[in-house]
Amino acid sequence: MTTAATVADTVPDFYHEKTRFKGIFGWIFSTDHKRIGLLYLFAVITFFLVGMILGVLMRLEMLTPENTIVTPQTYNTFFTLHGIIMIFLVVIPAFPAVFGNFLLPLMIGAKDVFFPRLNLLSWWLFIAGGTLALVSIFLPGGAADTGWTFYVPYSIRSNTNIIPALMAAFILGFSSILTGLNFITTIHRMRAPGMTWFKMPLFVWSLYSTAWVQILATPIIGITLLLVVIERLFGVGIFDPTLGGDPVLYQHLFWMYSHPAVYIIILPAMGVVSDIIPVFARRTIFGYKFIAYSSIAIAAVGSLVWAHHMFTVGMSNTGMFIFSLLTFIVAIPSAIKVFNWVATLYKGSIQLEVPLLFMLAFIMQFSIGGLTGLMLGALSVNIHVTDTYFVVGHFHYVMFGGTGFALFGALYYWFPKMFGRMYIKRPAFIGWLLMTVGFNILYFPMLILGYMGMPRRYYHYLPQFETLHRIATVGSWIMVIGIIILIVNLIVSLKKGKKAPANPWGAATLEWTVSSPPPTENFHEIPVVTTGPYDYSNITQSVEETR
Amino acid sequence: MFSGSSPFSDYVDATFLTIVGISLLVFLGLLIAMVYFIIHYSRKKNPHPTDIEGNIPLELTWTIIPLILFMGMFYIGWRGYLLEQIVPDNAFPIKVTAQMWKWTFEYPNGVRVDTLYVPVNAPIKCTLHSLDVNHSFFIPSFRIKKDVIPNRENVMWFKTPRVASFDIACAEYCGLEHSYMYTKVVAMDTTTFEHWYKDVSTKQSKPYQSFVNNVIQSN
Repeated sequence: MTTAATVADTVPDFYHEKTRFKGIFGWIFSTDHKRIGLLYLFAVITFFLVGMILGVLMRLEMLTPENTIVTPQTYNTFFTLHGIIMIFLVVIPAFPAVFGNFLLPLMIGAKDVFFPRLNLLSWWLFIAGGTLALVSIFLPGGAADTGWTFYVPYSIRSNTNIIPALMAAFILGFSSILTGLNFITTIHRMRAPGMTWFKMPLFVWSLYSTAWVQILATPIIGITLLLVVIERLFGVGIFDPTLGGDPVLYQHLFWMYSHPAVYIIILPAMGVVSDIIPVFARRTIFGYKFIAYSSIAIAAVGSLVWAHHMFTVGMSNTGMFIFSLLTFIVAIPSAIKVFNWVATLYKGSIQLEVPLLFMLAFIMQFSIGGLTGLMLGALSVNIHVTDTYFVVGHFHYVMFGGTGFALFGALYYWFPKMFGRMYIKRPAFIGWLLMTVGFNILYFPMLILGYMGMPRRYYHYLPQFETLHRIATVGSWIMVIGIIILIVNLIVSLKKGKKAPANPWGAATLEWTVSSPPPTENFHEIPVVTTGPYDYSNITQSVEETR
Repeated sequence: MFSGSSPFSDYVDATFLTIVGISLLVFLGLLIAMVYFIIHYSRKKNPHPTDIEGNIPLELTWTIIPLILFMGMFYIGWRGYLLEQIVPDNAFPIKVTAQMWKWTFEYPNGVRVDTLYVPVNAPIKCTLHSLDVNHSFFIPSFRIKKDVIPNRENVMWFKTPRVASFDIACAEYCGLEHSYMYTKVVAMDTTTFEHWYKDVSTKQSKPYQSFVNNVIQSN
């Protein structure tokens, strides 16, 4: 893809660079984007495992209609923490902070991001926020029990540790803003010669649209959560109805960020899918510009649909009309992407490696998430299924079946680049199979439960829902076995995996032109880009090393 | 699951099933195409891929057709919503009060009960009030739901052609016993309801559970 020579073998990789500090301090005070990306990776995986355990415990509680393992209060803190952790500490940072940090400079031929020290600051803010969230569980008063949405007035009345949880989310917001700011600047200013906008990998496009959402939407949640803190401390009465405030105003402000946050979560995952499918089909992506522009369209229109979370609050008919209409419009660019991905398989030369399997699972599960989104977008149906398990099923299909699966697929795909080793193939496949089967057994029954009228955030449920709840719980066990296999496989592969060549998949993006793992400053000499990111005509895959 | 318990429920079910039907077709289409491509263009069968950059007519097709379908879905959803919005003038008014964690129903004559007794086939207008936090008044069988928010009077109406009792749930998380905030709406034939209404007025706000149980059993 480039005319520049790759870095000579004599340059040490970034694990062996000379750092100012020794040992762990060489990592937590490092401004190297690759080290920061890996720091995020370990933090995100740790938080994911905590969130997953909470999820498994919740499903266990749902095994029987009444008390199974915990009390109602504990259950309420479980779903609150599960939401806070999975949203703010896992799926939001997963792609921008982990893969964006590690890959963005490599993909556009830069030595680092534009503001390396700001990048390190954003990781520290992330850790500070995450730690505060975890500490708040154990402070006297007990873990927050409001749901991750912190709806007023309950969040003003609850006696649990609401303020630490709110401050945690507030701090995490700044981490996200700084990452977004850094990426926009980096993409504008640091692309290698010849790396025009339409030669950028689609993952970079998706990071770019995501970064704008991060910068523009996150401040809204920051100030909103701060206002709730002020209400709790000083009784100001912006949202509190007993002081003349308006609880619906809180919901508007909350979703004004939290809906665009859905796109922070899903857009980069879509970018990853767009980048991985062509590699294993060994042909160019179908409809590059349509996919790139649809990312921008989703980011733009997606910022204007927030009130579709609130169709039952008693909005004006005008509001209902506009927000429902825009919700259907924002589905179109997503549909375009799905069609283009499937079309990219046409006349390819497809090699079914595990990363591709995760992408295919993404397409199908994201489609179910999107199609159930259409059902939710239709006003009359929404009024019936909102705040039921239908919504829970829908957003898990998008957040987990989509972003989560893309995350694990991306982890397998870039594992050789990150750690210089190949993963072990057979357990990777078995893990994928169990995850996919378990995922669907877990979440599909929720869609049916919701339509039957099972409300969400329920500790106790009516007997007619028992069978489907049991099926879902069994699904969670199958899925967790798959996830454990995946994690163990990656850990074992760190030591036992075969040494990875520079370009094990025969990919055409720039990160594969440098050694695995990449050298300290990525490129010995900044490459000059002459061909597109999906042009495989001059790539020779190091086949013998991957077999 | 599809009960026909109110005019809305038929409409909502029809809308839902229409979108489900279209979705199923699209989903199966995608699945079949994907599996076919994977098998037919596997590296073994097709070692030499063909680069196809894109196809503008095809892109337009799969932009415009979904656009038309989506607008259709939007429209039927909007129509159903309007049905639920326009409260008939002759609707029987009942004041619904939600608090942590119970429902109270107040009738025009001042009677208060914790179960919602209504006459069959008559439009009922519920005005919703909350004494504390947000709740949501949800009658799954009727496919309707409205948030109950302090300092805000929301309105919801329904009618049912069936003499039966249906669950009422709270759908907006409201704390510890949120999931126990269940009660029933009991639809009685008109004469039974009038009898009950007169009787309960004289005896003040007794719940009359045993009386109503007899009514339900006799149906």
